[in-house]
Amino acid sequence: MADILIPNPGSLGAADELEGLSEKPKSFGRLAFERFVRHRLALIGVVGLLLIAFAFIVGPSLSGYSFDQPDVLNRLQGPSGEHWFGTDEIGRDLFTRTARGGRYSLSIGLLAATVATAFGTLMGATAGYFGKTVDVVISQVINLILVVPAILILSLFALKFGSTWWRLALVLSGLLWTRIARIVRGIVLSLKEQEYVMAARAAGASHARIVLRHILPNVVSAVVVEITLLVGTVIVLESTLSFLNLGVKPPETSLGLLVYDAKGKIDDDPIRVLTPGIMIVLIVLFVNFVGDGLRDALDPKSKLEKH
Amino acid sequence: MSQPLLKVDHLTVGFPSKSGVVKAVTDVSFEIRPGEVLAVVGESGSGKSVTALAMMRLHSRSTQITGTVTFDGVDLLSLSEEKMRSIRGRDIAMIFQDPMTALNPVFTVGDQIVEAIRLHRKDMTKEGAWNRAVELLDLVGVPEPKRRAAQYPHEFSGGMRQRAMIAMAISNDPKLLIADEPTTALDVTVQAQVMEVLHDVKRATGSAIMLITHDLGLVAGSADRVQVMYASRLFETGTIDDIFYGSRNPYTLALLDSIPDLEGIKDELHAIPGNPPSLLNPPSGCPFRPRCSMAIDVCREATPELVMIDGSHASRCHRANELAVEAAGATS
Repeated sequence: MADILIPNPGSLGAADELEGLSEKPKSFGRLAFERFVRHRLALIGVVGLLLIAFAFIVGPSLSGYSFDQPDVLNRLQGPSGEHWFGTDEIGRDLFTRTARGGRYSLSIGLLAATVATAFGTLMGATAGYFGKTVDVVISQVINLILVVPAILILSLFALKFGSTWWRLALVLSGLLWTRIARIVRGIVLSLKEQEYVMAARAAGASHARIVLRHILPNVVSAVVVEITLLVGTVIVLESTLSFLNLGVKPPETSLGLLVYDAKGKIDDDPIRVLTPGIMIVLIVLFVNFVGDGLRDALDPKSKLEKH
Repeated sequence: MSQPLLKVDHLTVGFPSKSGVVKAVTDVSFEIRPGEVLAVVGESGSGKSVTALAMMRLHSRSTQITGTVTFDGVDLLSLSEEKMRSIRGRDIAMIFQDPMTALNPVFTVGDQIVEAIRLHRKDMTKEGAWNRAVELLDLVGVPEPKRRAAQYPHEFSGGMRQRAMIAMAISNDPKLLIADEPTTALDVTVQAQVMEVLHDVKRATGSAIMLITHDLGLVAGSADRVQVMYASRLFETGTIDDIFYGSRNPYTLALLDSIPDLEGIKDELHAIPGNPPSLLNPPSGCPFRPRCSMAIDVCREATPELVMIDGSHASRCHRANELAVEAAGATS
């Protein structure tokens, strides 16, 4: 992004500034930051995510239980002062397990969404800008990935590579980049016909420069929103994989797996489904808030207003 | 006169399409001398812009180009892409038609001028380039240039954006400025201001200007020489006087006749009947024949050549000489 700091106008008199006539030029980064912190929902999102992450990290040491320590005498208990979220079939503390699983889900979600976005943006921009054979090849690869049932690819690759959380994240992003790539390709197809792209070429800019400096910044706002949607998708997909016993391996756990474990108990013990479920919803919601704020902050046309 | 700055010889540009090659420019030759303003006039699709884009090598890769374009002694069409990039924006700069879309919406106007400067002058610091950008905005008549440089394009009006585009184009003191319909998207009062700026710029930098337009009124007040294009070919070329007062070409005459008269002597607005011909299957003979009020049998059989009339004036018409007699008869 533009990181050029604009020098203060030296010649503008103090009188002007007193009367508020001179608008002190600010760098784009600074303006974007100001717009972001004024976006109330975005702030709620950031604070919420930080709180959740903090709880996931610190929580297990507060509860005093280990996530994989069974306690058969205290099976299937409801929430209490002793066990805040209750216990499961073999008496493991569900709060500790939720924190542990949440950390796992959040890490996979963020990493997979980031990698998928970076790769998808690169591929989509290349396909859209250069067109012709490059576009055909990339688009066909995307179509192939989209046409083969996701779960098939995922299970194959998860079986082969998905033993640790970051490998699983990479496997998921290997599938999800296609979504970003298609969106970016579409936007770039229309952006490259804009006259400023021709103007940049006429000014002597290279193709790489045009894509990186002129086109991608115009794609950011659309992509940022997509990242936040991806985080949610990844958390849900990871749950599916764990359900198929292809993701996280017990006694390790994840939010998706916790929901799965609680299946069949929804009538007797709704809390057990709700606690990890609400966690998933909150994470996705907060990430979406942040994405919304980022999109507005990165759009130079938006004014400094409270939302 | 001095050596030509730009010499275009037998330039032909074809776009391959499913039903054949569309010839957008056919055998066009012309020169631009240093510091000169050459106006290129013609209807939409006559090949004006394509000529300019081909000169800058900004066409797509599948475009077929023959002929030569010599700029300052260098053959542009055979240069490597890298060398060509160093010429674009430094020696030949371009102003585009629509200032609303020719500036990138996510960067400040100042940043965009800084980029244009630093693409060709790596030694310049960001601060130095920024100060230069402010100077340039001042030169093209943007009020409060310091403050305006830090604003985004959407905070500029159309006329101000076109001024910013001009500032960007002249940032490296180009020898040739190609202005592709620079005022078409602006309203009339702003048009006049922008033309004024172009003239100031020409005086300040000594650049030659290739002014592409379909507005003959604009041409009369600003160009040294005019060339008229029709259906991918040059139809007439000459000085302002040659074209406006001594035209030897029925197409030019028809164009001049279709300028609305503000003094109210002409009640009727004249238009040239018909449409420009398809460039895929051009009609036999002269491409203007189907619309020409003077067409005779020979026009159907042969495409007329561009014939010199005197030192600066040339016309493509079988009956150019008869027009001379007519013109002489009318004035006597």
